[in-house]
Amino acid sequence: MERPSWAPQGIDLSVPSVSRVYDYYLGGSHNFEVDREAARKAMQIMPGLPKIMQANRAFMRRAVRHAVEQGVTQFLDIGSGIPTFGNVHEVARAACPEARVVYVDHDPVAVAHSRAVLEGVDHAAISAADLREPEKILAGPEVNRLLDLDRPVALLLVAVLHFIVDEENPREAVAALRDALAPGSLLVLTHASTEGGPHSPEQRGGVEQLYDNMGSPLRMRSRAEVERFFDGFELAEPGVVPMPDWRPDAPTNEEDPSVFIGFAGVGHKP
Amino acid sequence: MTATQTATGAASTADGVAGSVQDGPEDRLRRFAAIWSRAIYPATATSMTAKEFEEHLGGLGRKLRDALLARPFDPSPALGVGAGLVQAHCTDAHTLPRTLGVIDAYLLLYCSPGKVLPADEGRARCARLQHSLAAGYAQALRERTLCEQEAISRAALRAQAEAEKALHDSEARFRAMFRDAAVGIGIADIEGNILDVNDALSRMFGGWDHQLRSRKVTDFWHPEDTPGVWKVHDELLRGERDHYQVEKPYYRKDATVLWTNLTVSLLRDTEGEPRYTLAVLEDITERRLLNDRLRHQATHDALTGLPNRPQFFERLEAALAPRHGEARFGLCYLDLDGFKAVNDSLGHAVGDQLLVAVADRLHACATSADQLMARIGGDEFVALIENPASHEDVVALADRILDALSTPVRIEGRDLTVRGSIGIVDGTAGELSAAAVLRSADITMYRAKAAGGNRYALSDPEADIRAISRHSLTNSLPTALERGEFFIEYQPLVRLSDGSVHGAEALVRWCHPLRGVLGPDQFIPLAENTGLIVPLGRWVLEQAVRQARTWQLEQRDARPVLINVNLSPAQLHHPGLVTDTLQVLREAELEPTALCLEVTESALIGAEEDLLRPLRQLADLGVAIALDDFGTGYSNLANLRRMPLSTLKLDRSFTRGMQHTPADPVDIKIVEGIVSLAHTLDLDVTVEGVETGMQAEHLRVLGCDTAQGWYYARPGPPEQLHSLSLADAT
Repeated sequence: MERPSWAPQGIDLSVPSVSRVYDYYLGGSHNFEVDREAARKAMQIMPGLPKIMQANRAFMRRAVRHAVEQGVTQFLDIGSGIPTFGNVHEVARAACPEARVVYVDHDPVAVAHSRAVLEGVDHAAISAADLREPEKILAGPEVNRLLDLDRPVALLLVAVLHFIVDEENPREAVAALRDALAPGSLLVLTHASTEGGPHSPEQRGGVEQLYDNMGSPLRMRSRAEVERFFDGFELAEPGVVPMPDWRPDAPTNEEDPSVFIGFAGVGHKP
Repeated sequence: MTATQTATGAASTADGVAGSVQDGPEDRLRRFAAIWSRAIYPATATSMTAKEFEEHLGGLGRKLRDALLARPFDPSPALGVGAGLVQAHCTDAHTLPRTLGVIDAYLLLYCSPGKVLPADEGRARCARLQHSLAAGYAQALRERTLCEQEAISRAALRAQAEAEKALHDSEARFRAMFRDAAVGIGIADIEGNILDVNDALSRMFGGWDHQLRSRKVTDFWHPEDTPGVWKVHDELLRGERDHYQVEKPYYRKDATVLWTNLTVSLLRDTEGEPRYTLAVLEDITERRLLNDRLRHQATHDALTGLPNRPQFFERLEAALAPRHGEARFGLCYLDLDGFKAVNDSLGHAVGDQLLVAVADRLHACATSADQLMARIGGDEFVALIENPASHEDVVALADRILDALSTPVRIEGRDLTVRGSIGIVDGTAGELSAAAVLRSADITMYRAKAAGGNRYALSDPEADIRAISRHSLTNSLPTALERGEFFIEYQPLVRLSDGSVHGAEALVRWCHPLRGVLGPDQFIPLAENTGLIVPLGRWVLEQAVRQARTWQLEQRDARPVLINVNLSPAQLHHPGLVTDTLQVLREAELEPTALCLEVTESALIGAEEDLLRPLRQLADLGVAIALDDFGTGYSNLANLRRMPLSTLKLDRSFTRGMQHTPADPVDIKIVEGIVSLAHTLDLDVTVEGVETGMQAEHLRVLGCDTAQGWYYARPGPPEQLHSLSLADAT
């Protein structure tokens, strides 16, 4: 018998979770041995993964500050994972104390942890939802409570779109979110890719295989494919570029070469 | 790369800077932080920029410097420095040795200006600060790790609890659905043991809760199960199908039948192995009973309860369907004799009771399930035997039926005798259509009836063909009259005394478009049966009378010619006979004395006065009446006196013996007697079928008055008579 859609999924801690693996890359201990095992395997194939995740976080920080500079103080961070440090609301609040943030994740453990972290924090909340179902995200109580969709919102899709395979219509999901946002909204996006960095196709295949085995298939995409996610947005300078190259705070010549893998960009909805 | 190498590399850069810029304590501290930052920044997970990170380390470096120079010396602030590294996400173990290496190489160099401390003292303090920093780092990392582990475990537990609660809620909803559903639901394991049933299901079975639970699925076998349903169930258990749906009967607790619309689904485990079967039952007993009742009404006769015509045809068609191996069928077609009279005289209520009684007796005659008794019409019943062992079995059933009917039926204190005629058809399936079999049975039944009734007749293909051809002629009779397919031939009547033409008999012919010219014997009985004889007879009378008038006008001087027209029994009974006849005569301007109506002897046998009255009226008006076919109908000779007759027409059988010499002496005697009797009664005698001159001579000698036959002329067109009389006249 098929499980009705309203019947809940159970939680299986015997399989790795993308968000806990991510935490491990970032030196956190919000993870279990099964996650660390998966992370170690991935790092054997692609040792630069922790640096890539750091670059993601660093880009996100710069992008959030950029958003606040543009006057955008509402944030919708989809695929937020396990909050460790330098989270969106912390970065945003540092620049603008009134900033409002809604985190979204579909991992129930990440959601539970976020809820604990955000307890007592005003104007920030976590919503349990999935990027594959944008209409549910937009209809969520947290979004309705905290965000005014008639005003610009910064939509953060940091290191999440590569977990949506083409069959799950990632473009339609982004387009649906874009259409729901007011003019002046921003799309902040990073995406895994083997283009640009020093990684080989074998490494790319190995990592993709590893995530497939984890039950969270990962699809790296080309720069052109990543640019297409910005359909309907005007790309802010310098466009879709390797993460460290997006409006760096300091010269990037000391960056680890591995972090030039993948792309980042910010789009502006006219 | 080791921590020491990094530290050395960094130091050389710092030295280069040291010489060229300001050299205050803060500047030196900043340079120390810069070296430190370059040593460990690559190993951190911080999202701070290198500059931010360097500033963070500047604060930690200040603590180290202050502790290094403090008096008295206390290394404990270095604990906080170690913790500060962890706080800045320097959780990678490499950050510790690199940090210690930087302190070892550069702390005294940048933070103990002007040899504030003696060399040994400085080195010792530096070492102790490193020990404390390492301890602080380890302790903070441990704290942080434990804290994060606890946080994530707590989150996992909370998520799990939420999922379980959601699961529980969902299960509660399922349970409520199961408990309160209007349909019956039952769950069994793959061995067929019933695990749970809901209240609706128990109620359907008449409150059979615990008995249901302790039974096995296969215990619910029912004799009326759809064939093959248990095979399908086995397929489901083997996982070859995921569900099936069927209408299934069950026994209720009180042994009555429960009809259900049953849907059985297979529940599999996560590996896809069959685990449980889920049965959902909807009570359709009422609907089913209604269907049965409607079906019974549609297939049974409301009065007698016997299967009706459609049902009979369905069974007959099935019995006749071609199949492997030879199969026979037998059919008895029963029509009650004289049932109409019962209905007419005693009323329909009695007629209906009689039919019910007959149906009951027929029903009792069926001795096995392959014998079907049905009522297919008012008083028409059929008995169908599917695959009888022999022809004799079919005949035996007909005998049983006749025997069953032989005892009178008592209705409202009256004993009614019931008789029936049965047509029997039997044969091999696959040869005849149902319609053909029934038609043959019908024809055969009529033969039994024609033979006097209260008997059976066996089908005979030739008799069938005759009947069928009769039937088709009967059907085409009415249009034949409209289309003018009838015509009349005239056969002269000759006066024996002088050989002159005395008159002519009008004989109707049918020019059938397919069969050619048909004589009256082939269609008059049919017209008689259908009543068409009345308009046809009138048409013949009109034509003949008009022709007679034509002859009169043509030969004014000659003696008037008599026209003989046949009158059928049905015409005789027709109330308009006298008026119609007179009107025809009047229209043709022919005097009544020129007309002779021929009536058959059989039509007048035992005739009542009522029947004779119109003839008498016509006779009184001058119309001659001839008794046709005299001598074939066992006439009561005494009756001849009171009939308004003028002529006897002697049947040809009496004169056949006179065609040749020597004439049959008995025939001569008989004819002599008849002529004598007729003349005594003042009747003329006409002889039919005269074929030879010898015959004619004998008859003349015997005193017969007129004759007709091939010897004189065959029936022919009116012109023939004209030429005959002309010849006669010359």
